[in-house]
Amino acid sequence: MLTRTQPPPYHPISGLDLIKPQEITFSNGLKVFIFDSGEQDLVRIEWIVDHLFGREDQALLNSSICELLPEGTLTLSSAQIAELVDFHGAFLIPGVGYDQSSLTLFSLNKHLEELLPVVKDMLTNAVFSEKELATYIRNNKQKLQVSLQKNSFVARRLFNKSVFGTARYGYVPEVSDYDELTRNNLLVLFSQQYRPSNCTLVVSGKITGNVINSLDRLFGNDWVDQNGALPIEQIPNVLPTAGKLAVDVRKDAMQSAIRMGCLSVQRPHPDFPGLQVLNTVLGGYFGSRLMTNIREDKGYTYSISSGMASLKHSAFFTLGSEVGVDVTAATLGEIEREINRLRDEPVSNEELAVVRSYIMGSLLGSLENVFSHADKFKNVYFSGLGLEYYDRYTSVINTITPDEICHLANTYLDFDKMVKVVVGKI
Amino acid sequence: MVKFSRFTLDNGLRILVHEDHATPMAVVNLLYDVGSRDEHPDKTGFAHLFEHLMFGGSVNIPSYDGPSQAVGAQNNAFTSNDITNYYITLPAANLETAFWLESDRMLGLAFSEKSLDVQRNVVCEEFKQRYLNQPYGDVWLRLRPLAYQVHPYRWATIGKELSHIEQAKMDDVRAFFTKHYAPENAILVVAGDVEVDAVKELAEKWFAPIASRGKYVRKLPAEPEQREAHREVIYADVPLNSLYIAFHGPARLENAYYAMDLISDLLSRGTSSRLYRTLVKEKELFSEINAYHTGSIDGNLFVVAGKPLSNITLEAAEEAIWDELRQLKYEQVTDYELNKVKNRIESTMVFAEMAILEKAMNLAYFELLGDADGLNREVDRYFAVSAEDIQRQANQLFRKENSSTLIYIADKHAY
Repeated sequence: MLTRTQPPPYHPISGLDLIKPQEITFSNGLKVFIFDSGEQDLVRIEWIVDHLFGREDQALLNSSICELLPEGTLTLSSAQIAELVDFHGAFLIPGVGYDQSSLTLFSLNKHLEELLPVVKDMLTNAVFSEKELATYIRNNKQKLQVSLQKNSFVARRLFNKSVFGTARYGYVPEVSDYDELTRNNLLVLFSQQYRPSNCTLVVSGKITGNVINSLDRLFGNDWVDQNGALPIEQIPNVLPTAGKLAVDVRKDAMQSAIRMGCLSVQRPHPDFPGLQVLNTVLGGYFGSRLMTNIREDKGYTYSISSGMASLKHSAFFTLGSEVGVDVTAATLGEIEREINRLRDEPVSNEELAVVRSYIMGSLLGSLENVFSHADKFKNVYFSGLGLEYYDRYTSVINTITPDEICHLANTYLDFDKMVKVVVGKI
Repeated sequence: MVKFSRFTLDNGLRILVHEDHATPMAVVNLLYDVGSRDEHPDKTGFAHLFEHLMFGGSVNIPSYDGPSQAVGAQNNAFTSNDITNYYITLPAANLETAFWLESDRMLGLAFSEKSLDVQRNVVCEEFKQRYLNQPYGDVWLRLRPLAYQVHPYRWATIGKELSHIEQAKMDDVRAFFTKHYAPENAILVVAGDVEVDAVKELAEKWFAPIASRGKYVRKLPAEPEQREAHREVIYADVPLNSLYIAFHGPARLENAYYAMDLISDLLSRGTSSRLYRTLVKEKELFSEINAYHTGSIDGNLFVVAGKPLSNITLEAAEEAIWDELRQLKYEQVTDYELNKVKNRIESTMVFAEMAILEKAMNLAYFELLGDADGLNREVDRYFAVSAEDIQRQANQLFRKENSSTLIYIADKHAY
């Protein structure tokens, strides 16, 4: 007789099998990390440059440079680049973060020989023509105007500004800021940032010797590092802020966007893995306390979640949701209650066991293919750590105690000291 | 190439297995052949609300998510106009837990009033978040009824209006379950680090005891051919004017579907595509413009959507779009351009083989269409499309009398 009331036996996850990259440094100093695995004849190649901040408010320059790279070089027009990429069934995607920009090429191996020279041209000969810049400014101003009518977008901006002030991570572009962009500013920063000594190449997929040779020829031998030594890094001055509530009233809102949080510690800090566990309990998965209480018990929202971000020079904890305007105040009250409960009462062993399994399962699941192995590596590499971080991380997940989690909550999560932003009505 | 084995249980449940031992994970994807097109016009949004209730506990298991998380699984689901699809990804060693959970939901739900109360609220908040509380969020709530007159595609999956969800009753929930969640209305795909024989055993153990409840036979009203242009103009609190033109297109199983899909790529896939190149970059008329279709099983909608720049009148913008569409009608596309969009289809199919969940979902969907192996023949279907096919399909699609135009005029738009 089949027993449906009892779960089948559980098999714990023993460990992670992370792919270690092959590491090469080309003759010009370019660092290359290679992840070779997989059945399909395809590759993902990422050119990642560090943002060099001459001024704390230059984030718009960083993103504009990266996004304008495909818009023309000394030898290829924007239209020609677009044709070459599309005709070969490839994807070329600019990506901009807080501390790095990247250009990512997805391609079938058989088309790489045609595509790599195009990327090389973009990284060395991008021209940022006045015409393309004007188009970029015009279209992005329109897009920003649309985004500024989305409460969640506005709430994230207000939150970043409130937490980081004038430091680089607090900068958010206003529509008028686009008018300050000049071709000359773009060219100057482009020549400083896009150079071998400031770039990391992460290559994943089916990586043959031919692929490595082509990369070496184009991005090693033929890519000359100009402009002398890299400038000394300016460290941003991030000061802790006092807790406060900022409300941006939208009189016609049906929902309020809530965003709150505080500064936190970075990935290398010994408390970081434990904080990930704490965050998961609070708002890091579907069964989290915030979801269970505010969605699944009260039905105030479609979704509520929390997360941690580790940046190069700072880190923050953040929590966000969109809730009915009539339950905005009640939601803030419940969030406070859930944070205080974590400070006042140790989590039960049963709940902790679920969270452990969940984190280990999602960690294993996040290693589905060779690209995700490369992503895991990037997470630690750009925090100045090696893959052994994941040994420490999994060991903390499996051994942290309810008292330690409680202690972390008391150290790092204080509702009163958090910045709280509401865009909508309260 | 996605290889698979296929078998059917006595109760009518179809099961497909795809082994991929490059991953330590397994995925169980359960597609139910029910979507918002199967709803009563006065009770819309119900298939999607029901999807939420499927997580509110089943006859023998009080909570779906608890035991799922406890074995390191991640699960979710989505509802479309055509299907409701549930999936759970977990370490392959714990595969049986997915069978236990999914089979109990198919056996019967807990039907708790509390769960219905809460999920009605959650779905109403989802409705507001996605469709009402952001600029242009209601576009599909307006465009569907403008284009479709009788087919149930005239309402969106979320529902026509909040009140339909607010009024959902427990009796409706029970009836919906009996009618649509029977084994013969479902397709189960198991993929990842699994063995066909082991999956067969698990399927027999957990799903075979579920009694068949009769296959639901769909009888939907056919959409009559549109004979005159439809048009709706809205004055709204949006930052920019916006323009949507929708055309009736072929159904998923028609040959012409592939030509229509390639036309959307010619017009708008990638930065070399026609609409972007001409209307955004060269003529500088739009800040963004796209063409896409609904990808539905019954007659599709093909949509061109754009936001004109603030100095461009809506009339000029609309005419510029029609100019581009007329080009496809009057001039044959070159071999080069046609090969370009076909190459993109090919690479996209290869990239899709990197993820077991995507493979599992695709197998289930193609099996629903008639044969899972259709997934492996899909590239050939696209490569068989000729320049004449494209031109013929463009002439079929882009007729004024086949169009429904929706225009947002911004309160603050500067001319």
